[in-house]
Amino acid sequence: MEQIPVLIPLCLILAALVSFLLGTWRRALAYPVASLGAGLSFAIALWGLITVLNNGPQHYYLGGWVAPIGIEYVLDHLSAFMIILVTGIGLLCIIYSLRPVQTELGERSVFTYPLMLLLLAGLSGIVLTGDLFNLYVFLEIASISAYALIGSGDGRAPVAALRYLIMGTLGASCYLIGVGFIYSVTGSLNMSDVASLLPGLYQSRLIIGAVALMVIGLGLKMAIFPLHLWLPDAYTYAPSAISALIAPLMTKVAAYILIRLLISVFSPHYLGDVLSVTPILGILGAIGIIAGSIMAIAQRNLKRMLAYSSVAQISYIALGIGLGNPIGLVGAMLHIMNHAVMKGSLFQIAGALQLQGLVEVNDLAGMGRKLPYTMGAFTVAALSMVGIPPACGFFSKWYLAAGCIEAGNWVFLSALIIGSLLTAVYFFRVLEKVYTSPDAPQVTSRYSRPCLSMLIPILIMAIAIIGLGLANSFIVEYLLEPAASTAIWSGR
Amino acid sequence: MAKLLSHWPYLLILVLMALGLYGVLSKHNLMKKVIGLNIFQSSIILFFISISAKWGATVPVIDPELDATDPSLYANPLPHVLMLTAIVVMVATLGVALSIIVLIYRRYHSLDEREILERMRQE
Repeated sequence: MEQIPVLIPLCLILAALVSFLLGTWRRALAYPVASLGAGLSFAIALWGLITVLNNGPQHYYLGGWVAPIGIEYVLDHLSAFMIILVTGIGLLCIIYSLRPVQTELGERSVFTYPLMLLLLAGLSGIVLTGDLFNLYVFLEIASISAYALIGSGDGRAPVAALRYLIMGTLGASCYLIGVGFIYSVTGSLNMSDVASLLPGLYQSRLIIGAVALMVIGLGLKMAIFPLHLWLPDAYTYAPSAISALIAPLMTKVAAYILIRLLISVFSPHYLGDVLSVTPILGILGAIGIIAGSIMAIAQRNLKRMLAYSSVAQISYIALGIGLGNPIGLVGAMLHIMNHAVMKGSLFQIAGALQLQGLVEVNDLAGMGRKLPYTMGAFTVAALSMVGIPPACGFFSKWYLAAGCIEAGNWVFLSALIIGSLLTAVYFFRVLEKVYTSPDAPQVTSRYSRPCLSMLIPILIMAIAIIGLGLANSFIVEYLLEPAASTAIWSGR
Repeated sequence: MAKLLSHWPYLLILVLMALGLYGVLSKHNLMKKVIGLNIFQSSIILFFISISAKWGATVPVIDPELDATDPSLYANPLPHVLMLTAIVVMVATLGVALSIIVLIYRRYHSLDEREILERMRQE
């Protein structure tokens, strides 16, 4: 039972190795092995979730060295929530990727599946580890796989990948210096150990420097508003299967690291009241919501529009962190999940359309009659992005708004509402083209229905958007509120 | 001033870090950017190593002549181990960066950022 935390990344790393070896022997074998590995890790993650709900957090000590000395893997409420998200979306994306990888990458597909699995292994390691340096290593495993995957695309993809590599490596390096500062003051790398040593050191200049460096570094990885410049190009020019995998997961896991540091290492009280880091994040988030949405409205390319919309949606998470109260943080964590599912679905659909040569928003005229299922899923995801009630996007915004009201922060609340209206502007523009415009003449001959291996993940994602919306009270009550309540909040 | 001089390794690290950042941010050649990135990362390695440096201490293997009870006689091995891992990470990053640069060069026949942007616009 206590091995569950370590089994998930291990299973993915092993699957990466096996799919690479079998893939070099017979190229067709890489895909089934990768799906099997991701499916197995998803099953273990579900088992882990049930275990956490029944028996509480699970700890695993690598090599039998107990916590402050050895590396600890923790499966608590927040990481159980995130690991389901990472492995679930990873599984759906790998199933989805059969056709896009075949047509877009061809020969290179031998390397694509092992890299996708390594990316998932890195992300699941980030989610599960309880050690600050181990987190850096997993962060770089995930990032390096992401650079390689984006760089494998055609056209401008390598330039976008190199830009992402430079920004991402600078971010990870900043995080590493921060870890060095913390280690040189406390002499420990274990998160819970550091958390117990920190309260006496709140005024130490090294700790303040460490907080600043870590937040900037993770801000780069997470693409918080002024640090988002790598994101639109990377998401737009990546092969469609790759952007469907990276867009929902990479930035969201960076946001998870920020939340993990906030509640498990530092405390909201320290970052909010003593250093006022979280209020700054909130202000950047409020600016980012407006700026990202306006940039999204200005785009003609569908994937680029979704990429700028990602910048805006990540700003919602930053705003939730910045509110400095438990409801706002619950909203931020719920929005991590909702946005991952919605953006995963939208990028999968955008990839399916790109395979048929439909890249621009204007190309989509009249597609609602030709691709009813795909466009139906698109509509569900778009309505959820705007925040229409039964879909999940509404509920995280609801918690964020409740957090704004509790904090009495009307500026943030108005940014939230204006952001939703702007989201409505750019999605209804697409929906109007899809359902009401006459058919675009040049497209009619090229259209064909997406194959089943793409359609099924797209439909599962669309159902998940509604299902997670209906299940939101369960998720908040059993997973997110216990996670948020472990932190030390101001005024308690 | 005396305090600054007694911390000279950190000053050196700061200079290296600034050099690396300057390379990343202001050079137009992609190769030079990657070199700058590497200098930046190397300064972090030096930083970790210098926080564990200690005068008059020996390697962290128990010496029968010294007593094992006094930790100040032994250097701290952990930062070195961490940096071994970090070096592997940095080598992997460098490898991916160099192969992406090769791809870019094959496609645009240039490594100058301005020229690549110019060619992208013409496409």
